[in-house]
Amino acid sequence: MRDVAVVSFAQAPSVRADQLRNEVEILMPVVAEALGRSGISKHEIGFTCSGSSDYLAGQPFSFVMALDAVGAWPPMAESHVEMDGAWALYEAWARLQHGDIDSALVYAFGKSSMGDIAELLTLQLDPYSVVPLWPDAVSVAALQARAMLDGGHHSERDMAAVAARSRRDAASNPNAQVRTPLDEAAALAEPCIVSPLREHDCPPVSDGAAAIVLAAGERARQACARPAWIRGIDHRIEPASLGARDLATSQSAALAARHAGALGGAFDVAEIHAPFTHQELILRDALGLGDRATAMNPSGGALVANPVMVAGLIRIGEAAQRIIDGRARRALAHATSGPCLQQNLVCVLEAD
Amino acid sequence: MTTADADPRQATPLTAPHMLEYEYTRSVGPVIGRFFGALQERRVVGVRTAGGRGLVPPQEYDPESGEPVGDFVDVASAGVVTTWAWVHAPRPKHPLQRPFAWALVQLDGADTAMLHAVDAGDESRMSTGMRVRIRWSAETHGDIHDIACFEPEDAR
Amino acid sequence: MSEQVYGIKVPIRLDYTYVVGTAPARFLRGLAQGKIVGQRCPSCAKVYVPPRGSCPTCGVPTRDDVALSDKGIVTTFCVVNIPFAGSAVKAPYVSASVLLDGADIPLFHLLQEVATEDVRMGMRVEAVWVPNDELQPSMNSIRYFRPTGEPDAPFESFKEHL
Repeated sequence: MRDVAVVSFAQAPSVRADQLRNEVEILMPVVAEALGRSGISKHEIGFTCSGSSDYLAGQPFSFVMALDAVGAWPPMAESHVEMDGAWALYEAWARLQHGDIDSALVYAFGKSSMGDIAELLTLQLDPYSVVPLWPDAVSVAALQARAMLDGGHHSERDMAAVAARSRRDAASNPNAQVRTPLDEAAALAEPCIVSPLREHDCPPVSDGAAAIVLAAGERARQACARPAWIRGIDHRIEPASLGARDLATSQSAALAARHAGALGGAFDVAEIHAPFTHQELILRDALGLGDRATAMNPSGGALVANPVMVAGLIRIGEAAQRIIDGRARRALAHATSGPCLQQNLVCVLEAD
Repeated sequence: MTTADADPRQATPLTAPHMLEYEYTRSVGPVIGRFFGALQERRVVGVRTAGGRGLVPPQEYDPESGEPVGDFVDVASAGVVTTWAWVHAPRPKHPLQRPFAWALVQLDGADTAMLHAVDAGDESRMSTGMRVRIRWSAETHGDIHDIACFEPEDAR
Repeated sequence: MSEQVYGIKVPIRLDYTYVVGTAPARFLRGLAQGKIVGQRCPSCAKVYVPPRGSCPTCGVPTRDDVALSDKGIVTTFCVVNIPFAGSAVKAPYVSASVLLDGADIPLFHLLQEVATEDVRMGMRVEAVWVPNDELQPSMNSIRYFRPTGEPDAPFESFKEHL
């Protein structure tokens, strides 16, 4: 494998609804900042890959227009995934393995505020026997939370503790959106939205964007004093049917972690993409993070800033940034996609 | 020539309503087509995988092995709740417009569970492992709405 | 043996509140005042209309507004002979790319008050606006473009803008 590293990361602060800027206007300064920090110009970038969803924008091929934020002239080598930007990063990493290019730009954007995101996500379910019933994303997540609670390993108190820790960490993250401290006892007394999920168990609706520059070998060392080397990266998916898998565990996350080399050794930091509190508990078990001394989601995670299609890429960026800054030596990043953690990506990042 | 506002956040938003509507007619294929055909007759059929698992709703391929599935099998119209979630405030698109439960229901004779609504009246009546049965729609059309919802088996 | 179902109807409806963005908002608000506002790229100096907030070739923000003429040149066009459902215009009609004086990319609009067979590349045209009290932040503020009667522009003058 060729050594590939995250050499720069930039993100837009997550906001509930950016009513002034369109996607390109949100994305442009983020792409410029990531490229600027890397010192690699857009003309030098060997490959560009983005992640987004046309359903969020409400128009087909919206990702083509987002290229205006990069300036696709002269014509450039580009690709897009209708997935979280973390999977765009995977494609860029794989592209860099070919050996003929030295750098890649990865970006993601999403304005969840323009539509009804909980209903929009219904459309990722089985179109024959599930979509016609319109179970929304919170309802589907609640089915998983109940399955986890019934398993007996975690409680609603544990879920509230995840939310409270995320809010505390959000206080020092200028890009976070939800920073009100959470009193766990008071929060548990609140009524459920869809039982067993309360408001604090659910992610905010967020608009945002993020960009990462990857570079290989010597090019990475030129671009960054302390590159965050990708030592392992893997993603796995489970059957789509919710009734055909065990919702209380995440076998795909565990398998991705094994193939990414994430099951051995300690991590200084783990950035886990868990939009719902119970999902962090399931993922901690799957990734074997329960008893390892690791700072969990010091950014506050997706519970405090959840731009859909971006939040997974932000996890990789946040983890990498801590290595680049010298605050961590080894980091684990995770991204998820699909209903109830159907698909999971695990990335192990290390300093030299 | 003027210059755009230094801070765009001080400008006033310009927004417009936008609606997407698709009248999809989906071809369902021979396997799911049989499932919907049976629902129209107020029966439930699934398929048996090579490994012997009963999939309900049926799928064309075994989700574990990718192998084509075997024979159709009749299953019961009652079963067990494997997990559930209580909706306090239904959305307009939800199948019931009073508080209800979403549930994954494993019908007797099936090895997988199907998602649908349970009209239980009150959250306190819901529990994992409880038995529920199908409440059929007054008219059936050969789609998932032929099941109006599930109801607790101990309901009158 | 039950009936086989071949297809099901799955209607999908999604409602959005579309956010036009800072630069397009300036363009649309200009239309509501009977003006056409473009924006200039600070890097390559090209003027875009409608502006989307970025230069699509340089990838940098466009910030300087440029007031554009409502007269321009037909760079290319097509004749629509088959009406489509919901069309407000009677076929046959002409859809044209109009390069406004001072702009570097053409605007797409309807061409009227001319026989379809008389339309040609290089034809000088002007906007026909709705009455002042009907102006709104929408492309509908311009009803259509029509010939000005001025001499045609030479091909050389717009060949870079096709």
